[in-house]
Amino acid sequence: MDAVRRRKFINGFILVLSTLAALFGLMWLFWILGTLLYKGLGSLSLEVFIGNPPAPGDNTGGLKHAIVGQTLIVLIATLIGIPVGILAGTYLSEYGGNSRVANFIRDLSDVVMSVPSIVVGTFIYAIMVKPAGHFMGIAGSVSLAIMMIPIILRTTDDMLRMVPPELREAAYALGATKFKVIKDVVYRAAITGIVTGVILSVARIGGETAPLLFTSFNNNFFTLNIFQPMASLTVTMYDYAMSPYKYWQQLAWAAAIILTFGVLGANIIGRVIAHYKFKK
Amino acid sequence: MAFVIEPKEPVKIVVDHLKFYYGDHQVLKDISFKVPEKKVTALIGPSGCGKTTLLRCFNRMHDLYPGNRYEGRILLDGENILDPNYDVIRLRIRVGMVFQKPTAFPMSIFDNVAYGLRLQGLKNKTELADRVEKALKDAALWDEVKDKLNKPATALSGGQQQRLCIARAIAVEPEVLLFDEPTSALDPISTAKIEELVVSFRDKLTVIIVTHNMQQAARVSDYTAFMYMGELIEFNRTEDLFVKPKEKLTEDYITGRFG
Repeated sequence: MDAVRRRKFINGFILVLSTLAALFGLMWLFWILGTLLYKGLGSLSLEVFIGNPPAPGDNTGGLKHAIVGQTLIVLIATLIGIPVGILAGTYLSEYGGNSRVANFIRDLSDVVMSVPSIVVGTFIYAIMVKPAGHFMGIAGSVSLAIMMIPIILRTTDDMLRMVPPELREAAYALGATKFKVIKDVVYRAAITGIVTGVILSVARIGGETAPLLFTSFNNNFFTLNIFQPMASLTVTMYDYAMSPYKYWQQLAWAAAIILTFGVLGANIIGRVIAHYKFKK
Repeated sequence: MAFVIEPKEPVKIVVDHLKFYYGDHQVLKDISFKVPEKKVTALIGPSGCGKTTLLRCFNRMHDLYPGNRYEGRILLDGENILDPNYDVIRLRIRVGMVFQKPTAFPMSIFDNVAYGLRLQGLKNKTELADRVEKALKDAALWDEVKDKLNKPATALSGGQQQRLCIARAIAVEPEVLLFDEPTSALDPISTAKIEELVVSFRDKLTVIIVTHNMQQAARVSDYTAFMYMGELIEFNRTEDLFVKPKEKLTEDYITGRFG
């Protein structure tokens, strides 16, 4: 009887312990979100979204240049990252299999994934910014894309390999070619996972500052020219937070909110789409 | 030695000294028999006897994986389908297959059945709709799904999905249809429905069915091949094989002495 009671006690103890650990982890998330909202909500106004960058000491102005710049840089990075990442993942899963080349690429992509982002930034500085002679938005996109590709590649590879072989065989048995099997059956079966991988990679790179410092740098003026230095929310946030002006510091809080909830929103929307598509 | 009869019906497929290897491992050992046209032929035998391996030779499913090797010949209407120059895509259009587990594609019910037809380039909407309806009717699924053709196929029950796979396979009007233990994942009622379908295909197309269930073989097939350890032991009319087996091994197996 004693042994049973002891087991029950340990059982309850572990349950309490793991619940506390989970709450401890979640606490930080809500603390961060709470602080952000508490400090930044007051700074949010329409002016923040549509106003031109403030002059030093000014008490008006907004983040239009940084919001548009950030969106553009991430969008172009995604446009580069998605096709390369998905095609490479498709090669690994469907053509490379467990061959040496495929496994070598997998290892290599893991290495790229763990390269510090500032190294990626300095690398792009050396091969794009230095030869061009000036910072430019597209260089920021390329360095973000470099960070994105291994993430998309690995999730695509993993998700495609989870598609049951019987499903592929069934398509082959109807006289489908390999490309048709991949396009019509394998991709459809894995779409949720791939979409999730893409979104997670966007969320991951969306908050990066280091790869942009040496590439797109910053711009105190609104621009759509990707071959010019371009402002981003992250770099702007860094600059404004360090500035001596109260208003700029408030804008930095606003930028933090916009960035955080933008990434969060992208995450949620992506998951909803994936869920809907899968269930339909 | 093996007891193999010559079917009196016209012959659709001739298996001629077929050997099959997974890498260095020989799985099929010199198999020869003739599959009659528009009849149901069952392949039975204990697990690992090579019946599924043999079945997957008929549409060259083994080609999908490296290291597999065939020797000997399989003649479909007199042409050797194991010839490396034989077009496997065309072969698989003529020889359809239904798998052990239902393999509904992640698309709508309609698109599942239309898939093979679209692969062959059929685009005309009316004709597609007609062929899909006919296939679903022939697979005894039409009444259950006619109001939800655009719903995802994965929402159907296992038995319905398996009949959907049969509809998908017969939509392209194959000459031969291969079944790989099609009911082993299904409940008894769904199993009965599938068996009725198999019987209904007799006289329309050539059916080869792998089953581990001897009663099923006895119920649905005209001819039965009994395999053991990669060898064909006996090929005979189903009633003869089950009532008066010619080989000792066959008798031991069907009376439940091993397997």
